[in-house]
Amino acid sequence: MPSVLPGDAAVARVVRDERARILATLVRVTGSLDLAEDATQDAALRALECWPRDGVPDNPRAWLLVVARRRAVDLIRREANRAVKEAAAVVLFDPEPEPPATVRDDLLRLVFTCCHPALSLDAQVALALRTLGGLSTAEAARALLLPEATLAKRLTRAKQKITRARIPYRVPEAEELPDRLTGVATTVYLIFNEGYAAGAGEDLVRVALADEALRLARLLVELMPDEPTVLGLLALLLLQDSRRAARTGPDGRLLLLAEQDRSRWDRAAIVAGVELVGRALRRTPDHPDRYVVQAAIAACHALAPAYDRTPWDAVVSWYDVLLTVHDTPVVRLNRAAAVAERDGPGAGLALVDAVAGLTGYPWWHATRAELLRRLDRPAEAADAYDRALALELSGPQAAHLRRRRAGLPA
Amino acid sequence: MPMYAALIYSADVDWTRPEYAEEMKEYNEFGAAAAAVIRGGNALYQTSTATTVRVSGGKGGDILTTDGPYAETKEALTGFYLLECADLDEAVKVAATIPAAWAGAVEVRPVIEF
Repeated sequence: MPSVLPGDAAVARVVRDERARILATLVRVTGSLDLAEDATQDAALRALECWPRDGVPDNPRAWLLVVARRRAVDLIRREANRAVKEAAAVVLFDPEPEPPATVRDDLLRLVFTCCHPALSLDAQVALALRTLGGLSTAEAARALLLPEATLAKRLTRAKQKITRARIPYRVPEAEELPDRLTGVATTVYLIFNEGYAAGAGEDLVRVALADEALRLARLLVELMPDEPTVLGLLALLLLQDSRRAARTGPDGRLLLLAEQDRSRWDRAAIVAGVELVGRALRRTPDHPDRYVVQAAIAACHALAPAYDRTPWDAVVSWYDVLLTVHDTPVVRLNRAAAVAERDGPGAGLALVDAVAGLTGYPWWHATRAELLRRLDRPAEAADAYDRALALELSGPQAAHLRRRRAGLPA
Repeated sequence: MPMYAALIYSADVDWTRPEYAEEMKEYNEFGAAAAAVIRGGNALYQTSTATTVRVSGGKGGDILTTDGPYAETKEALTGFYLLECADLDEAVKVAATIPAAWAGAVEVRPVIEF
């Protein structure tokens, strides 16, 4: 027994770190996500009860896995009708600890199952938070601003689909891997954005989603250290998140990139992000990866000592590369905004107006408004702000646009 | 003799639940009564388990899978195959080679095994 007993928080951290791995192995062994979740939950509760009293065991993962396996056997015995019975009963008694490579593969299988393209994005986000992130249903519901019952139903449906439609518990083959990895990255990025867009100060529960996404991205890099997509994803998240403290003023209002105090940017996150971009670029010489290119754009901003020293030429060039692999109206809008900085608001506005299909997107109107303001067309700018404000925005985002509109010359 | 596919439209329910036992009994009675003409058929899991497969840009193009049933009203259900596959990934691969995948869409639904 260790001489110093661990605190509850330390125990909770160890349990949370190991939880997804235990779950992943149990899903493989039992063939049932539901059963594996129940057993893992039980083992986690036992650890939270025993470890603060007895100390954390030398091999916490092995301890948790043994307890979870025993619990799974109990559950299978109790529910005689469970379809997994035969498959599970044989292997569950295997006392050998899982070798690290197997644990890694189990976790990868869980990642690709939770982010399977036959599941809706909403379902993927819910599953990733619940099974990979280890959030409780209540925590995940709070973070996503959903009633707990809604999220619980979404999770049940998703798990039911995995079981009934036989979504395989498998790492995709090499030829499918790039597409499937992009799918995984999309899910993690969506989680990050949900938290990041909420803005610091306004809603800390939402901001926790950004941390959760970073944790998932780190896990993916740990599992697949040579895959450019996951390197690019983590780089992108680190570089965007490095601005977190500088994004809001003391009064809680949202600050634009141009207004932010760059000394408040997280240098360590920027260094780590830029290093990852370099690693990822060296691995994608022939086919640019969407996340790596987006991270490269973020790096251009992160490395500029001041807004007016941003290398806009490089930013526009990276957007050109991005358009070759990911041509969407939003990417075109962002490229147009960069062109406006390089060539002036007139050139930018012409490109913004040429982007079709974004009339329901508040930032298209907001970008037009900013450029019209710079072109001394305040009446049209006011109209564009109004159109943006009529669409769905977070509290700080709407407040920011209202301030900009109020500042227009009469 | 001509063949007909009888496609059952009903409430989107989970036939495996006990409250539908009575209805299932009626289906079984129909099955027994019409055994002479039935060549195959199955109950399907709910539409929430469905996956719709589309291939863009013609045969061999990118496979796009979406969660849920095929809901367009422009096209009608014009046939079905019973596929035996190891898992959903294999079923999607096969479904993506059915011509409707690029001319329309193919909905893949797991069949209930009682």
